[in-house]
Amino acid sequence: MTAPQSLAAGDPLFAGGVDPAVVLILIIKTVAAFALLMVLVLFYIWFMRKVIADMQNRVGPARAGGRYGVLQTLADGIKLFFKEQSVPDGADPFVFRLAPYLSIIPAFLAFSIIPIGGEVSILGHTTYLQLADPAIGVLLLLAMSGIGLYGVMLAGWSSGSKYPLLGSVRASAQLLSYEAAFGLAIVAVLLHSGTLSTRGIVDAQAWTSWDSFATSWYWTVAFVSFVIFLIAAIAETNHPPFDLVEAEQELVGGFVTEYTGIRFAMFFLAEFMNLITMSAIAVTLFLGGPSGPALGFLSATGTVNTWLMPMFWFFTKLLVLLFGTVWVRASLPRMRYDQLMDLGWKWLIEIAFVAVMVTAVVLVARNEAWNRFVVVPAAIGGAFCLLGILRLCMPRQSELIEEEV
Amino acid sequence: MNEVVNETERLSRQTDEGAQELKASHELVVTGTVWPELEGDGETMIINMGPQHPSTHGVLRVMMELDGETVVRAKPVIGYLHTGMEKTGEQLTYVQGCTNVTRMDYASPIANEIVFSMAVEQLLDVEVPERSIWIRMMLAELSRMASHLLFQASNGMDIGAVSMMLYGWREREETLRVLEMITGLRMNHNFVRPGGVAADLPDGWQHAVLELCDKVEVGIGDYDTLLTGNPIWIERTVGVGVITTEQALALGVSGPILRSTGFAWDLRKAQPYLAYDKVDFDVIYTQNGDCFDRYRIRLTEIAESIKIVRQCVEMMPPGDYRVQDKKITPPPRERIDQSMEALIHHFKLFTEGFRVPAGETYVSVESPRGEVGCYIVSDGTGKPTRMHVRAPSFYNLQSMGPMMEDRLVADAVAVISSVDPILGEVDR
Repeated sequence: MTAPQSLAAGDPLFAGGVDPAVVLILIIKTVAAFALLMVLVLFYIWFMRKVIADMQNRVGPARAGGRYGVLQTLADGIKLFFKEQSVPDGADPFVFRLAPYLSIIPAFLAFSIIPIGGEVSILGHTTYLQLADPAIGVLLLLAMSGIGLYGVMLAGWSSGSKYPLLGSVRASAQLLSYEAAFGLAIVAVLLHSGTLSTRGIVDAQAWTSWDSFATSWYWTVAFVSFVIFLIAAIAETNHPPFDLVEAEQELVGGFVTEYTGIRFAMFFLAEFMNLITMSAIAVTLFLGGPSGPALGFLSATGTVNTWLMPMFWFFTKLLVLLFGTVWVRASLPRMRYDQLMDLGWKWLIEIAFVAVMVTAVVLVARNEAWNRFVVVPAAIGGAFCLLGILRLCMPRQSELIEEEV
Repeated sequence: MNEVVNETERLSRQTDEGAQELKASHELVVTGTVWPELEGDGETMIINMGPQHPSTHGVLRVMMELDGETVVRAKPVIGYLHTGMEKTGEQLTYVQGCTNVTRMDYASPIANEIVFSMAVEQLLDVEVPERSIWIRMMLAELSRMASHLLFQASNGMDIGAVSMMLYGWREREETLRVLEMITGLRMNHNFVRPGGVAADLPDGWQHAVLELCDKVEVGIGDYDTLLTGNPIWIERTVGVGVITTEQALALGVSGPILRSTGFAWDLRKAQPYLAYDKVDFDVIYTQNGDCFDRYRIRLTEIAESIKIVRQCVEMMPPGDYRVQDKKITPPPRERIDQSMEALIHHFKLFTEGFRVPAGETYVSVESPRGEVGCYIVSDGTGKPTRMHVRAPSFYNLQSMGPMMEDRLVADAVAVISSVDPILGEVDR
């Protein structure tokens, strides 16, 4: 990576210096990314409600916006916007008002690093179809989800009420724990790609032939990390079966219990934005982002193949992952708090850690041209030994109880 | 399903002597801390779950002392739905009585109607016709199915399997539709009355009932697939909310909760009433006394009820559906236009009711929640002097405290759900 480590360092847009056209393009891209995320959220909430309704023998939204209720989410949003907002007596008013912003702003920022298309040219300038391509790349996502945690935590703490407090305690513990597994799952991809930049990661998974699906996309070579990433991402975004933070049956509304109106809507939006961002990141890291077969009978440099096809592939993959989250939501019971912690600390982190080491060994072996038929089984065998040793080191259930006393 | 204890032990526990043997010990098996000394040492937090809370099934309030997320003590607080139904029962004639008791356990109203009617009939010393007995039994089992399906729905939802709620409700709705076809109402049927039932079975009932049985059978297969083997479901319910046979008996707990502890006590087998000795079914029981067992018992009991309902359809005897006793049964509608006496009888029955000989009696039947009993004291007039209903939920609710202690909040929700209380019945 070259000298200017700014947020948009990698983008060829800045190759020829900054002129008014560049600024205009940036503004257009920012507005477009914002609008896209909002539309995606509206779409996802409608999509989720419709699909779940179908799975549960219901009709789902069917009134606002025609017989399929496509505008239901918008109507809900408008309603929430005009509702009275209240701050409870026992609340810390400043923090109570601040928390929704702490939640929603990182959710917007994190989306800026997602490459949703390939290289295109606008107004004579070549640019990537992504808002920003910072050198720190994926780390920005981790940072933003870390800040988003403050929103949840402070919301519950500042409400001055018991259920939100319990909800926010759960949230802090859950998000912190899964951040670790989440980060480790990303590392395996970073080792393969050798860059943090999302654009670099996507380029490394470029589509060359139909084999690319299995050979250059990282979900095969880093399959263990892929699975861990998906689990941890759902836990990071508080979605079922890990939605303990707002477990309705236990904590009423969790950390949002005391929130009303647009502040509540902001938390709600942030949560779904995070889910969409996480799914988009999963597409970027493991499923090749916008890469996919182009339409061979059209010009490779035409509008269709540079603009539409990459976006088509990106959104198709995104939709598949989003459907997966809806499916999980409809079918699984909720986990218990301690079981969630067990899963995170005792399984996911270790397995992710060992997967990273195996990946590293395999990559070194490839670079050094060692015999991979020896190295790969040895690395995997070693990984299982390591896991076994870690298991043995863990305290037994009886010891845990003693500690508590 | 869990291991089945050997046959002799099972039988010894099923008999009265077996039960007495276990009851004889006077050791303290369940304890509770004295409330309401709630001044904690600052380490714990008192939290009120309910009376308005998504998982407290109506208006139950559970006071919990929490240490972090661990429940130190828990106490159910009841009375938010108290409407004095027992007292109301003293103002109503025996004819009207059923409209009152049917509203107590609104999830399985037929059991309440049956127990009240049987108590009145015992005081009257009348023998109801065979057909009405079989109709009652069939309705009781349909009602049990509806109630257990409701449990499956709410239990699933409480543990976070939201789809389960809709699936459970779907089959319950089908069951209620058949009950509506037979009784005229989805709930609070007021169909079983002293002296028989209100009307004969409608045309085409066999077809409707058998079709329902097939539907529900498919439904419980779905629940089984969705939940029973699900690792998260198992983690959430196995070993959660454990209660032993001794504790359950000491608290007066009955029904699926008692059966989940390995004590195969079911009044349908233990002291057969109606025609339960003429049909073939099994008492479902398990050994662990946890939430998972209670879920499995109720799921399997739906299948057993289907079995009984099918036998009822097959063996439904012909004949009259109510006693032909002019003092108890109102005359048919046509007779009122033809005969003065019939009109007078009709008028008298629905204004003053019939007189019941002085005496007292206690009758109990197995409702989906346990032993529901009706104690009636009559002084020879048309209204009971005292009418008491032993509501199983009221006793079952007591088991909540011991089951929740030292468990997490999420477990407390699973426990409330697995007790399956109906607050209308608790508060009466």
